[in-house]
Amino acid sequence: MNSILGLISTGPKIVFPSISYKAIGPEIILIVGALVIMLISSLAPSLKRTKAIGAMAFAVTAIALIDSIVLWSNFVSHGASRAIASSIVLDGFAIFLMITISSAALLSVLAGEAYLSRSRIGRVEYHCLLLLSSAGAILLASAGDLIVVFLGLEILSIALYVMAAFEKRNQLSGEAGLKYFILGGFSSAIFLYGIALTYGATGTTNIQKIASFLATNTVTSNGVLLAGIALLIVGLGFKVAAVPFHLWTPDVYQGAPAAASGYMAAVAKAAGFAGLLRILITAFPTQRLDWQPIIWGLAALTLVVGAILAIVQSDIKRMLAYSSINHAGFVLLGVAAGTAGGVSGSLYYLIAYTFMVIGTFAIVNVFEDSDTGVVPIERLRGLARTNPALALFMAVLLVAQAGAPLTTGLLAKFSVIAATVKAHSYILAVIAMLSAVIATFFYLRVVAVMYSKVPQDKVSESPIDDEEVLVFASGGDGDLGSFDRPEGDLAVLAPAKVAVARSLRISTEAKIVVGISILFTVGFGIFPNPLVHMADLAKLLF
Amino acid sequence: MSIPGSWFLTLAAVLFSVGVVGVLVRRNVIVMFMCVEMMLNAVNLTFVTFARMLGDIGGQVLVFFVLVVAAAEVVVGLGIIVSIFRRRVGATADDLHLLRG
Repeated sequence: MNSILGLISTGPKIVFPSISYKAIGPEIILIVGALVIMLISSLAPSLKRTKAIGAMAFAVTAIALIDSIVLWSNFVSHGASRAIASSIVLDGFAIFLMITISSAALLSVLAGEAYLSRSRIGRVEYHCLLLLSSAGAILLASAGDLIVVFLGLEILSIALYVMAAFEKRNQLSGEAGLKYFILGGFSSAIFLYGIALTYGATGTTNIQKIASFLATNTVTSNGVLLAGIALLIVGLGFKVAAVPFHLWTPDVYQGAPAAASGYMAAVAKAAGFAGLLRILITAFPTQRLDWQPIIWGLAALTLVVGAILAIVQSDIKRMLAYSSINHAGFVLLGVAAGTAGGVSGSLYYLIAYTFMVIGTFAIVNVFEDSDTGVVPIERLRGLARTNPALALFMAVLLVAQAGAPLTTGLLAKFSVIAATVKAHSYILAVIAMLSAVIATFFYLRVVAVMYSKVPQDKVSESPIDDEEVLVFASGGDGDLGSFDRPEGDLAVLAPAKVAVARSLRISTEAKIVVGISILFTVGFGIFPNPLVHMADLAKLLF
Repeated sequence: MSIPGSWFLTLAAVLFSVGVVGVLVRRNVIVMFMCVEMMLNAVNLTFVTFARMLGDIGGQVLVFFVLVVAAAEVVVGLGIIVSIFRRRVGATADDLHLLRG
């Protein structure tokens, strides 16, 4: 015993950093909140099936949002700071993203409640996973050390794998979860190898120290450093779904429940871009000439491929997945510019996209088939007649994503393209504008379907896409034996799946989510100044 | 006679590449999953080697973080695999083809 104690006392002295709990307040609130909800639900099992769980999760995200806003007001009055051995950075960039992510979590809890009251499974687990994953995203946004970036990324992703596979009765959801898991683990390993090589080349994983090391030294093993940067870009490229690392996105967004897809699109993207911007711009400003062309190419490919492939989709969740790839291309414009204007443009884009996409997926959730999880665009046909308000809201959110005036979408696209022009990459700006034109087409196609009439001769037979669903669900590969309802039953139900019957089931939570999204998107579209001013203040701390 | 650090780095790079090729080529989900784990362990070897070469304890500490994350990933991953393949005969990725387009 004495010898062991002796060994400890003679070993290298470990210096513990002082821990500022205020700096990691939102993370603590979300994690403790999730644990408390799990505890309460196991002590009082009768609560599990009630809306009380959702209310508690909503309260936790609201407190996290308030805490983020308090941190923002501290930042405005006292400026940026570092905490916990400078592994946490509290700059405007981090806190702006904290606000984005906690509002996304708040909306997603409501959207999730709308989904869970329909599907009646795992209410507690869904909300707890959502809270934990947003804690990971916030940790990533405020990370000042590459290993903290990795931890945040994993806390976020591991919870998201489960959320994607959540609808266990539905084969597509399981397949989505597995694909997300394998490719997510793959990309995390690549990202981690990037961290290891950067550590080998610079001798540290702290972002600030990497930057000062590279500014004062000439790296002898330049190949190791460049390989490290390339692997970091590939790893984060997977997470933000940049082409050519986007292949998992359509499958996962289509297979996952719509509420989870909306959350994934908003938060995983915001967190991935937080890592990408922070690492490339603050850790490797000296290597700019090496990474800028790569990001340029990724942005151009992502813009074009996302827009073109979205046109040919017949499932609306899959179309929104390709549209999210297209949006990732626009945010990459800000990264490629690499200037302060590019950063604030990207941040503005991310917060605008967050509200638009969660609102859109909350509406899609209304039309989701509980058994198969698919939402053919045709199912929205004639929605304007049966539920004009819902059709109008969906149309507003879609044209906002296309970049229509009087919405945040226009200014978001404008700010990243303006930053690109200022950085003198004119070709990239032209590509971006062309892809915005292509994107307008597929958003307007959905709007056109909603505002067109249901043809009289079609009402008698089932819509074409529902027929595909039937083949899917009843035939498939013959391995869907566990479907307990007979095949004929679904066939009888199919004609009833026209919007007329479905539009009636819209929960209050979904209405609130859509309302908030519309208010934010149109409100800040008409009065853009407060949000633009906030995004301008949100600078990276070097 | 001590083995130079570059040997370990090369071994780690080879292991990592074998893992990458394995994920891309193999069709059994469990084997793909094992390949991801091999990639993570190749990174661990890299971290330890660099820590040794730089005389910095930080790199060795990072390995513990990676181990914990890998363990959490195993739990979730096997859970998802079991929930899907409970209804199927083999764990082959090619059977998962409902989502495409």
